[in-house]
Amino acid sequence: MSAGNANSLTSSGQQSIEEVSHPLSAEESVLSSPDTANADLSLLNGTPVDTSSPASSSSLVNRLQLDDDLNGETHDLFVSVDDPKKHVSTMETYITYRVTTKTTRTEFDLPEYSLRRRYQDFDWLRNKLEESQPTHLVPPLPEKFVMKGVVDRFSEEFVETRRKALDKFLKRVADHPVLSFNENFNVFLTAKDLNSYKKQGLALLTKMSESVKNVTGGYKLRSRPLEFAAMLDYLDVFTQKLGTIDRIAQRIIKEQSEYLMELRDYGPLYSSWAAFEGELQKPLKSVSECVTSCATALEELTDDMSEDFLPVLREYVLYIESMKNVLKKRDQVQAEYEAKLEAIVVRKEEKIGVPMDVEKCQDRMECFNADLKADWERWQNNKRQDFRQLLTGMAEKNIQYYEKVGQIVRSMYKSQV
Amino acid sequence: SLPSVRGTHVESLEKCDMAEGSCLLRKMEISVAEAEKRTGKNAVNMQETYTVYLIETSVTEGHNPVPDSLWRRYSEFELLRNYLLVTYPFIVIPPLPEKRAEFVWHKLSADNMDPDFVERRRIGLENFLLRVASHPVLSSDKIFFLFLTENGWKEAVFETGFLAKSDSRLKALNATFRVKNPDKRFSELKHYSDELQSVTSQLLRVRARVADRLYGVYKVHGNYGRVFSEWSAIEKEMGDGLQSAGHHMDAYAASVDDILEEEEHYADQLKEYLFYAEAVKAVCRKHELLQYELETASQDLASKKQQQEELAAGTVRTFSFKGMTSKLFGQETPEQREAKLKVLEEQIKEGEVTVTEKTLECEEFVKNAWKDIERFKEQKDHDLREALMSYAVMQISMCKKGIQVWTNAKECFSKM
Repeated sequence: MSAGNANSLTSSGQQSIEEVSHPLSAEESVLSSPDTANADLSLLNGTPVDTSSPASSSSLVNRLQLDDDLNGETHDLFVSVDDPKKHVSTMETYITYRVTTKTTRTEFDLPEYSLRRRYQDFDWLRNKLEESQPTHLVPPLPEKFVMKGVVDRFSEEFVETRRKALDKFLKRVADHPVLSFNENFNVFLTAKDLNSYKKQGLALLTKMSESVKNVTGGYKLRSRPLEFAAMLDYLDVFTQKLGTIDRIAQRIIKEQSEYLMELRDYGPLYSSWAAFEGELQKPLKSVSECVTSCATALEELTDDMSEDFLPVLREYVLYIESMKNVLKKRDQVQAEYEAKLEAIVVRKEEKIGVPMDVEKCQDRMECFNADLKADWERWQNNKRQDFRQLLTGMAEKNIQYYEKVGQIVRSMYKSQV
Repeated sequence: SLPSVRGTHVESLEKCDMAEGSCLLRKMEISVAEAEKRTGKNAVNMQETYTVYLIETSVTEGHNPVPDSLWRRYSEFELLRNYLLVTYPFIVIPPLPEKRAEFVWHKLSADNMDPDFVERRRIGLENFLLRVASHPVLSSDKIFFLFLTENGWKEAVFETGFLAKSDSRLKALNATFRVKNPDKRFSELKHYSDELQSVTSQLLRVRARVADRLYGVYKVHGNYGRVFSEWSAIEKEMGDGLQSAGHHMDAYAASVDDILEEEEHYADQLKEYLFYAEAVKAVCRKHELLQYELETASQDLASKKQQQEELAAGTVRTFSFKGMTSKLFGQETPEQREAKLKVLEEQIKEGEVTVTEKTLECEEFVKNAWKDIERFKEQKDHDLREALMSYAVMQISMCKKGIQVWTNAKECFSKM
């Protein structure tokens, strides 16, 4: 199984990292230099880290960081997900991933961690984050359920696609100014025995989450503030467009696959023609080989679309779902506040002197709104970056395909002229 | 530099110089310049629409080039070709472009009136004329010359009486007969033609499917154009980049029409040789027929000679009804036998002349046919190699266009 190396989806800005003096640069020298790429890494505390892929220091850093300095924030927490491995037990077969953390934060006992987690654990983390940070947008996970028999859960392609998505998820959390300080996140990254934590049902909820948890639904929202209404509108249209793009991409893959099939019939015909010709044998054979090579290039292009392009699109659909849910919760908080506000007026009129927790509600609502606005901005920025990367990546793959094919045909032509 | 896609006038002229004797193309420029739709009444007085092609000729000998032109229908070209087939059975007669559009891929029209089809046919007809005009034997044919220059050529062609020969030729070609000692070279050639026909028609079929799929891939990308445009409407900073990228996707989708139109030229070149294979088979068939006739004549002569022997010796070597009846009903009188012998002698004399003639005919045919077949093989190797190479050039150009479009799109995306 190949471990994910820096790829177009999860690392950008490689240049800037090497230029800026790195908070961890002192420790970097301890790690293997780029020359001994296959040497074993070891943590600073001497624990050997299992590496099954070349890990030069710069590429390790690249793998740990998601994207450019967005808002000039200092990055002091780096995470990565790689090295998928299959575990077979009598009860079940499953995949674990290596989760690596490097940090200077004092909330962490050690500067480095490396442990293995499975999808279940990520799912647990996400649920906990949503529970404990309901006013924030939690990034999505790749789909939990896959249809058995349709998708091979242990195929290299599936595992790699999933690993990339998990890596992205973790990096997004690590980059978030609030979520990254969440205790559940800390536990996920550091606890040797995550299961016992899970069993303990650690009540790691913040005050805000307690409060939001107790928001009763059923209040009707009077009027949604314009900016949040605009967000919902945007999300609706955006979802539509993403759906259309997904369908187009699938259609392209289908057409390309059928084109590929025809090419696989086409090439050999020139070969069989060559078999009964004299002078023409050489050019015919080379045309045959040419077509076959071009077919291979096409296959690579199509596979890239399936493995890199579609999953990112689908991830954003999930992201949008999460965002919509958060917006809904916000609506509920506002609705409750408004209801309580109205109740005061009524009570004032009825001269009942019971202290209301209207202030608490207002507080809650204003906090939520602020958190949401901040997260929305952050999400918009990430979205822009992600799609810029996604689409330039798609264009780049097509350029590479045409360059490859052009090269193949050109060299065939030169050999015959 | 692009190698020539079709046999141009200049190329045909070059081939002409290599051939023995002077060929028509040296003295005259020939082209099929235009195509036009006409309507008129047909044989059963029904209104019909058909296409005519303008043949332009210009005599280059002498000081003043004399230009001339006339209009011809496809059916007239067919008539000319049939005449050539009958008159020169030892020559691989150049084929006409297809009568109806075959090996059509999805978006391409199968309609004979479609302007693209008419255009390709015009080019094909010109190619046919150039091939005939540069052929060492065919180019000096009078009827061909009249076809190019004389409106009333049909009278002349019918006067040759070729139609009668055509009928008997067709009958002979369709008959089944077996040759006792087939000429190995011709059997191999026939086998080769069969294989060439098979592979080129398979290639044409698959190529059409490939074109169809390629069309699909390009056109679906056009949908990106619209959705990017719609999406850009709800975006602030990303909007411009998306919008302009969308335009490039539209351009990409549109570019496939020209690409595939150009590729039709390659298909036409393959088709020409698919049809050429049939022409080669016709020559082989004609040879087979001659061979068979020779064998039959020789057989006839041999049996007549044997009869003569038997009659002279008075013995019956092989079983014959005559022998049986003579045994049953008594032998013939000496006078009867004398009469029979005389008849046989005449027949044997005639038979010997026939055999000599047939042998000569066969030898002549083989000599002439094989000369033209060698010429054809060289032409075929040259033409098909060029066709393959120009096909490669088309692919390279397609790649260049693809790189251009996607580079433009990438730039737009990077500005999102």
